[in-house]
Parts: sequence; structure tokens; C-alpha cells
Amino acid sequence: MAWTRKILRVNLTAGTCTPEPLNMEWAALYLGQRGLATKYLAEEIDPKVDALSPGNKLIMATGPLTGTMASTGGRYSVITKSPLTGAIACSNSGGFIGNEMKMAGWDMIIFEGKSPKPVYLYLENEHAELCSAEHLWGKSVWETDHLLHNAHQDPQLRIACVGRSAEEGCLYAGVINDIHRAAGRSGVGTVMASKNLKAVAIRGTRGVGNVRDFKAFFKATQAAKAVLAGNPVTGEGLPKLGTQVLMNVINEVGAMPTRNMREVQFEGANRISAEAMLVPRESDGKPNLVTNAACFGCTIACGRISTIDPKHYTIANKPEYMGANGGLEYEAAWALGSDTGVDDLDALTYANFICNEDGFDPISFGATVAAAMELYEIGAITKETTGGIEMKFGSAEALTRSAELVAKGEGFGRELALGSKRLTEKYGHPDLSMTVKGQEFPAYDPRGIQGMGLTYATSNRGACHLRSYTVSSEILGVPVKTDPLTTDGKPELVKAFQDATAAVDSSGLCVFTTFAWTLEDIAPQVDAACEGGWSPEKMLEMGERIWNLERKFNMDAGLTAADDTLPKRLLKDAAKTGPAKGKVNELHKMLPHYYEIRGWTPEGVPTAETVSRLRL
Amino acid sequence: MLKALQLEPEKCTGCLQCEMACSYENEAVFNPSKSRIKVFNFHDEGRFAPYTCSQCSEAWCMHACPVEAIVINQQTGAKEVIEDVCVGCKVCTIACPFGTGNYNSDSGKVIKCDLCGGDPACATACPTGAITYVDADHTGLARMKAHAGQSIPKN
Amino acid sequence: MKHIVVGAGPAGVVAAETLRKLQASADVTLIGDEPEAPYSRMALPYYLVKQIAEEGTHLRKGADHFAKHGITVKQDRVSAINRAQKQVSLASGEVLAYDKLLLATGSRPVAPPIPGMDLPGIFSCWTLADARNIAARAKPGAKVLLMGAGFIGCIILEALAQSGAELTVVEMEGRMVPRMMNDTAGNMIKDWCESRGVKVHTSTRVTGITKGTAHPLSAALSTGQQLEVDLIVSATGVRPNIGFLQGTGLETGQGILINRHMQTNDPNIFAAGDVAEGRDFSTGESSVQAIQPTATEHAQLAARNMVGQQGAIHRGSVNMNVLDTLGLISSSFGLWMGKPGGDSAELLNRDRFRYLNLQFDGEVLVGATSLGMTQHVGVLRGLIQTKTRLGKWKDRLLEDPTRLMEAYLGSTQAVGFNAALLK
Repeated sequence: MAWTRKILRVNLTAGTCTPEPLNMEWAALYLGQRGLATKYLAEEIDPKVDALSPGNKLIMATGPLTGTMASTGGRYSVITKSPLTGAIACSNSGGFIGNEMKMAGWDMIIFEGKSPKPVYLYLENEHAELCSAEHLWGKSVWETDHLLHNAHQDPQLRIACVGRSAEEGCLYAGVINDIHRAAGRSGVGTVMASKNLKAVAIRGTRGVGNVRDFKAFFKATQAAKAVLAGNPVTGEGLPKLGTQVLMNVINEVGAMPTRNMREVQFEGANRISAEAMLVPRESDGKPNLVTNAACFGCTIACGRISTIDPKHYTIANKPEYMGANGGLEYEAAWALGSDTGVDDLDALTYANFICNEDGFDPISFGATVAAAMELYEIGAITKETTGGIEMKFGSAEALTRSAELVAKGEGFGRELALGSKRLTEKYGHPDLSMTVKGQEFPAYDPRGIQGMGLTYATSNRGACHLRSYTVSSEILGVPVKTDPLTTDGKPELVKAFQDATAAVDSSGLCVFTTFAWTLEDIAPQVDAACEGGWSPEKMLEMGERIWNLERKFNMDAGLTAADDTLPKRLLKDAAKTGPAKGKVNELHKMLPHYYEIRGWTPEGVPTAETVSRLRL
Repeated sequence: MLKALQLEPEKCTGCLQCEMACSYENEAVFNPSKSRIKVFNFHDEGRFAPYTCSQCSEAWCMHACPVEAIVINQQTGAKEVIEDVCVGCKVCTIACPFGTGNYNSDSGKVIKCDLCGGDPACATACPTGAITYVDADHTGLARMKAHAGQSIPKN
Repeated sequence: MKHIVVGAGPAGVVAAETLRKLQASADVTLIGDEPEAPYSRMALPYYLVKQIAEEGTHLRKGADHFAKHGITVKQDRVSAINRAQKQVSLASGEVLAYDKLLLATGSRPVAPPIPGMDLPGIFSCWTLADARNIAARAKPGAKVLLMGAGFIGCIILEALAQSGAELTVVEMEGRMVPRMMNDTAGNMIKDWCESRGVKVHTSTRVTGITKGTAHPLSAALSTGQQLEVDLIVSATGVRPNIGFLQGTGLETGQGILINRHMQTNDPNIFAAGDVAEGRDFSTGESSVQAIQPTATEHAQLAARNMVGQQGAIHRGSVNMNVLDTLGLISSSFGLWMGKPGGDSAELLNRDRFRYLNLQFDGEVLVGATSLGMTQHVGVLRGLIQTKTRLGKWKDRLLEDPTRLMEAYLGSTQAVGFNAALLK
């Protein structure tokens, strides 16, 4: 069972909260979370709808393993149409809100319409109530969290909310839960704010029961935990160093996008790496990293909790930033650091705190600042445009000031808040936007890791590493080592990763487990929890179904094969240093074959046969 | 030799596997709100503290119970709530100075750690060794008790 | 050694058992005057709503419990104490000699001085016999008047409302549970009860009771209203059972005066529980607390002193109460009303019936009131009783009292292994 089989439908226009049964026929085909919520969204909205109009819907969805003792079983996703890309958006987050929603007895919450006034949803088990959030509007994530905890006098209340950036229309605002976990990408928070929905506060005391076969479930989850514990990445690297373990690794292989992807190696990488986070500071003798921290049920515990150097310029006279808070993960460290050329660890940590405090994606933000820096360096924008900020590569002040402005939607921050695509177009240099489908790249340069080029180009939510993390295979050798510099076999690799990841994202588990787990480890856990005979093959087929459903949604939204491409820089300008020196990304060698093995036409449209085979 | 739960906050990552194991063992459902062991998060300090009944020899809860619903398990030394006898008066929840007996409003009874009869599920589930079930005279326990004693002024 | 314990409530039973544990060879006799096995008044409300059977109210389970522990139980009443001879005379005529005597005779309800209290259909809810009578009459739809919304009134209120009776509560003070809750909390409990269909009149007295016309009883209220009801339950207060001590020369105030060894002015006679005026932890003065945890604390200390453990000194009991009023759980501890010049922290949400009030003396928590809090509430007692210096945590609590557990763990470094602290 593991599903609660209940959905809460919240009509914000009418102000109603209505329970309804989960569509179990769809659950049999799409399992939960990413897959199942995408199915609901695709069935319920017109893909052409304006993402920020009341016609869009926003779904918060758990998977069947969310809220169980399966390791990492606390994930939830926010699914909607993205205002940044115009494509499907599905942002996944850990922390503790997903399990709480499940404990309260809900698989999913569907928000539709738009509230006439700011509201938040208070959900305590069966009790759902839309409450006025007028006093919360204009407040940061952190203030909102504090005010709601105090209003309900319940330290165990779990809260997901949007910050000021979302209210001010930042197109890459996320939904932040538990202070510093984020459904971060594609502007899902912007959609939430557009509905005048400030927060979701949940308290669940019903629990998750009815696991199909508890004995088998216990056995499968214990065995899988042992695999995580014994794996060098999930058992040692991630707990000790976090995702930041990658900083020096990726820099060495020459796939570290640097200064708006002009370069592929960053000379300051070792000053902003995981290792740097462990070095005691001069001022107080403490390192940046305080501890690692787990999301719900996670036996890896890769999360970073950090402090900023108390003497650092960014926090002079700002005690609210002096405590421990969510620290740098690799993606944030890269985007805020090497992509902007800034190697000041404390400045990056501060910018990261601001991203959490006001709820915006550090990847898109950092990459947009990088694009602005390049525009500034070529003279396309000036101090006049930036409101006095000297927007030079390597300037920590430019970075942290920009973060403060985007957070509150002030000054040049309002332009940075629209993402690099809109910014570079406005100032006449669209080629300087390092995006696919309007979404900024994450931290792997596809010239140094060829498979990631195809990953980015074909990702259904725009440039993203979490749709098929072929870095695992191409760099880390998981599950098998492939050569990062060739395109051979990459379409097959990308397809396999895309499908498997879609399945993992629909289960309630974290994709980071796949450093150690394959579907052979995951399927037995799902199968023990859920009816339906979930074999690895069935999981993979479901992943393929989800991928095609998302693709279909995007096509119906007006995207075409022309959107499956990379910025010119990555296709034309060769890497200057490192192992990939002289290489560009050879997308053209991979894309046609990818379409073919996907069962799509040369125009990238799923064929009738594919649609019918996958029961779409 | 009696054994005791040894809690080492410095090893805890806050994953709540212990809470799930505990609630499943006792309630047959994954439900941290019904767990007898709780992990507290010191957000501003990045600390986590697993916390549950230490089965103290004073047994404040047991003595405060008006209907003899809390008894000592002679094998484990645990003070156990006999659910059928508990009337839900909650006197033990205010009497326990450690705050480790909690009222469960769904069942109308009080719940507290009973060491799972000698095989605590939380210790089995803890992935980091922050919760272990060790001999009661273990040096780690003595150290923690001594540390706790220091922080209280004599009155 | 011959130990006699008078009174078979929680204090008497715990004392008798402790005596037996401490002195295997001693004679231990427990004298109670009710025709029942020793039972708990705390459990009566649950008996009223049939959640438990009569046996469920018993302090100890199993008919042979006391015999098994070598405790002689007598159903009788002490009529006289001969201190010179160290003897007690019982109503049955029997005379028992003692070496040490413990008085744990508890308290009894006080009927308000108004006309008509002797009419049939008016009960206290104090004994198992009372409870049987009330249970037989508080049928669904019956009109019931509850006089007094103190602690005892409120635990009965829950039971009466659950039984389906149409309930009206009259309390002469301006709020409910006035001796346990401040204005804010007491009135929130009133609002809660009213929102659940119970009529509550505060600042109101019953001025007289007569026979009714449509219903058996008619109560006149100080507001001028006349209320016809089927049943009246009186819970207007209790008073220590000290009447039988007249002429013994034992010093009494409100209750029996005792020193920090639980000893009366006669070194061979001790007192414990509701009848004893013992040391209050917070004020350092003597008072009758009449609560379960204090009764057992008294009893254990008294027993230890009776066997000569001079080190067993009473440091004072923390006054505390917990109440469940139709599902709204409230508690108060120590100096919940605060200490002059002390800081306080308060968080209030009337709409959601949530309230937390902390009272400090310097860096130390001295009192607390909570509404709607069920988890880890005991740490309030812990912090008060250990006089823990909260340091920086006090400032954080002033700003956000919900961070109580963090403050507790952070300032005691306890994490489960501080059991030795409260000795």
C-alpha cells in the first residue's frame, strides 16, 4: 500500500480544500511523486497555459516510500508548468516536509486557481484550512518559518514556503522547506507566489502504515542501507565532504564551468571546495563546516551545516547570519563561485544563506550573475545598468550585493531575477546565456563530459544534471566507467539514466542513492511496500513512460526539437585547458541516435507506436 | 548486568531512523509523532540530540502513577506503561522531570520508552552509532552522567 | 518496629510499601475507612465514563497485593491517638500500639454553606461511592449542574460532558481553575468548554437549592437565574481531614504541620499527602498542595524518616497540575503566577487554544503554564526543580518559548542521562 490513497485538492480561487481518492490506475502506471503528479498535471491543465496565470496548477507530491524507513525516504516534489522555461517543472526536495505530508495522510496536494489574498495552507492530519497570510507577505522564508511556528506553538510543524524573491517575480524562485531545503529549480516558487500562496504548514501524526509486506520491506531496506554504508561515495565521501566532494574532482577532469563557461577549470577551486570548508579560520579557529546533516530517513547525510566567518564583511552587524545554517552544496558552490570567478568561501556561503532566506535557486542565480559579469566585461551593460555594482568576474562584493538585490526584488536585482536568457537577450547578446530551454546549466561542462551535453539538451526541464547524471558513469565509474570525452554509447547511457532517474524520483527516494544503488536495490524496496509487482524492469519501463509523458507535455506546450540544443559556446568554442582541451560538445553525434532509441521521430516526437507501447 | 541506551549527540545526523523504528516497533506504523525517542534539532548550532527515557532509578513517573500502570520490567530495568491499566490522567507526564513520558491523544494513554523488552529498535536502526545499547556501567554512560551533574548547581 | 499508616490513599499506600521495602522485619499496618480496596480518586472520572471498571481505580492490582507484601490492611477509622502510650484507638474498639505513626488521612470535600445542600440528588465526586451514584444519574440528556470549576471540578466536568449530560458549570471566581491557571488560560479553558456545548458561569454562585418542578432540583444563581436540573455535583473545594486530631496536641494549620523530615511536633508521628502542610519548593513555605506527585513524594520521605534515615530531608515539592478539559490539555507548574521582578515569556494564540507562559527568576525558570502542549511537558518541572541556570537559553526562550526542549537539553547537557540530578 504505502500510498495513503488520498489527495487534497485546494482551490485557491474558491478557498476550498477537498479530499479525493488517489487515482490508483494511474498510480499503477506512474507510482507517485514525479511520475504521478506529472500525469495529474498533464491531464488537468492546458500545456499552453501561462505558467503564472491562475490556470496553471501546482502539485506537491510524495512517493510511496516517502515517510518510511527506507533510507532517504523523505523526498517530495513540486510539479507545475515552469515560468522560466515554459516546460514541465519538477523540483525535488528533502528535509522533512514530504514525510510530514504523508504522515498527515496525504499523497499529494494539488493547488489550483489563485487566492484573492495571500494565504497559507495549514494542514493537520485531516484538518485543512486556508489561513490569511497577509502578515507573512513580504517576509523572508526564515521569518515566515519563525512566525508560523510561533503562531501554532508547535516546534514539530513542518513548513514549506516562498520568500520575497518569489513574491517579486524572480523566475527561478524555489519552494523552501525546513529553513534550507529547496525544491529549487525552474521557478516552482514563483508559481506558488503567483497564486498568493505563501506557505504550507503541515503537522502529521497519523503515520505511514500498511506497507505491503513489512518483513520483506524491512529486509530490503536494511540490505539497501548496508549497500549505502559500504559504498565509498555514499558511505564515506558524501557524509564527510558532502556533494562538494566533487569540486576538486570535476575541476581536475576539466569539466568545471568557469566564468560563464568561458573556461573549464577554475584556479580557485581548492579555496571553495569541501576540503576548504574543513580548514579552521583565522578569526575564530572554527571551520566553515559545523556538521553534516540528514534529511528525513537518510543514512547518507550529505547535507552541510555551515557558519560564516564572524569577521567577514558580509555579516558585519548582522547577527541573524551568524548562526549555523544550510551550507554550500556543490552546485551552489560552483554557480556562486567558479562560474562567477569568486573564490571567497564566506562570500559564497553568505550568498547561499541569502538564496535560502529568500528562496531562489543558487544555480540559476549564480549563472545569471556570471552572464551579467560577461555582459559587463564586454561593455554591454555598465555601472549605470547595475545601479553602481562593479560587475566584474571574481568580485565577491558584486556577487553578494546581487544576491541581496534579487532576494528583495530591488534595483538591478529585478533584471537578474529573470534569468540569464532574458537578461542577455535584453542587452543584445543572447549567446552569452548558458541555458537550455531558458534554464541555467549546472556544474558539469559538457565539453569535458560529453554525455552531459546530451543530458542537458534533452532534459525535459531545461539544463539539469538531475535528469540523467551520467557523471556517475563518465567520471566516477558507477555503475560502469565510460570515457567522458567520447560520444560512443552515450545516447544509450543517457536514456538509461533518464528512465531510471524518473523512476527513482517517483518513489520517494533520493537520487543521490544511485551513487551506490541501482534499480536492483531500489525495486525490492518499492515492491515490498507497494502492490503491483515492481521489478527493476517495470521500474525502468515506468521511467520511460514518465519521460515520454513529460516530453509530450512540452511538445504540447509548444517546444520542439529545436529546443534540444546547447549554447553555441559549448558547441563551437573548444575547452582551453585540462583533459578536454580542444574539445567541444559533439551533440550532433548523439542526438539523432538518441531520438531513434527513444522511439521518437527525427523531429523528436514520440511515435504512435511508442505512445501505445508505453500506454500513454 | 543491566543495559542502558547510550545516546551520543555528537554522532547524530538528525535522520530520524530511530523515531521510525521506534514507532513501527510500538505502533506498527512509521510515525515519529508516536516515537518514544525523539531527536531534537538545535538549528542555530547545527546540533542534534537524540533523547529518551533513561529508566532512572527514581522512577518519578512510576511513583506518580495513581493506578499502578507503570511497572518495572525485572529483566531490563525498564519502567513500562501497561496500556490496559493506564487511564490517561497524564500525571506522570508532568511528574517526569526529564519530559520523556508523553501523552498520546489518539490512544488516550501515555507512552514512554520500554527498551523494546531488551532489544531497542532505535539502536538497531541508528546508522551512525549515536544510539547504542550497552552495559549500564559503560564508561561512556558514566562520563555523560558526570557531565550532566556538573551543570546543575547544588541547592 | 511497629508502623501504623492511617489513610489508604496514594500517600498511605506508597508509605506502607516503602516501609516494607526499607524494613523487612517491621510490622506495617495500613488503616483505611472506606469499604473498598485502596483506590485512586484521580481515576474516578475514568470510572464515571466507564473507561475503566472499579478495579481500574485500585491503587494496587490483585486482591492479595498487600498481604503478599506483609502489609496488614484494616478497614477502620482512628478515633483517638494516645501519644503518651503510643497507641491509636479505632472505631471498632481495637487499640493498636505503634512505634511510628504516619497520618495520611487526606482531605474531604467541603459543602458550600447554602440552603438545600442536604436535598437528595446532590453529590460530591470524592469517593467511589459518590462516583457510583453520579454514574447512575448522569445519563445522556440529563440536566446536570456542576458547582465549582477548580481542578477537581474540571476533571469531573470532562466525565460529565462525555456521559452526554446537559452540563452547566458555576464557578464563583472570575475564571476556570483559578488556583491553577492565570486569567488568560482560565478564560481560554472556559471559551473551549463553551465552544463544546458546556454552559459556564464564572463569577457566579449558587445561592440556594430547592426542589424543582420540571426537574427534581432547582438552583438559584447569584445572577438571579433559576436553574432546574436532575443532578447537582458539588466540587467547591476540599479540606484536610484533621478533625480527629482535636485534643491530641498535634499542631495544625490548614493541615498538619510538619518539618522537613515530615515529622509533626511529636517526633514519633509523621504526616504525608493531602492532609500535610509540607514545604512548597517554590516559596519555601508550608502549604497543602493536595496533588498526587506530592503525596507520593511525601510518603516516600516520611517512610524513610520513620525508619531513621536522617538524611531524607524534604526539599519541597513543586506544585503542579495537569488537566484535560474536553480534550484541551493544560498544565501549570511552580510559581505560574510569576515572581515579582522576574521576567516572563508568553506566547498566545486564542483562536487555536495554544498558550505557553514561562516565568523566570533571574536565569532560572520558576513557573510555567501551558495550554495545548502534550509533548515533553515534564521538562518544565525538571527545569524548575533543578534550578537550572539557563544562561543564553533564557534570552532565546524570552524570544521564542517554543524552543523549550532545546533550552532544556542545551542547558542541562542531559540527553537522557541526568537521572541523578534530582536526588
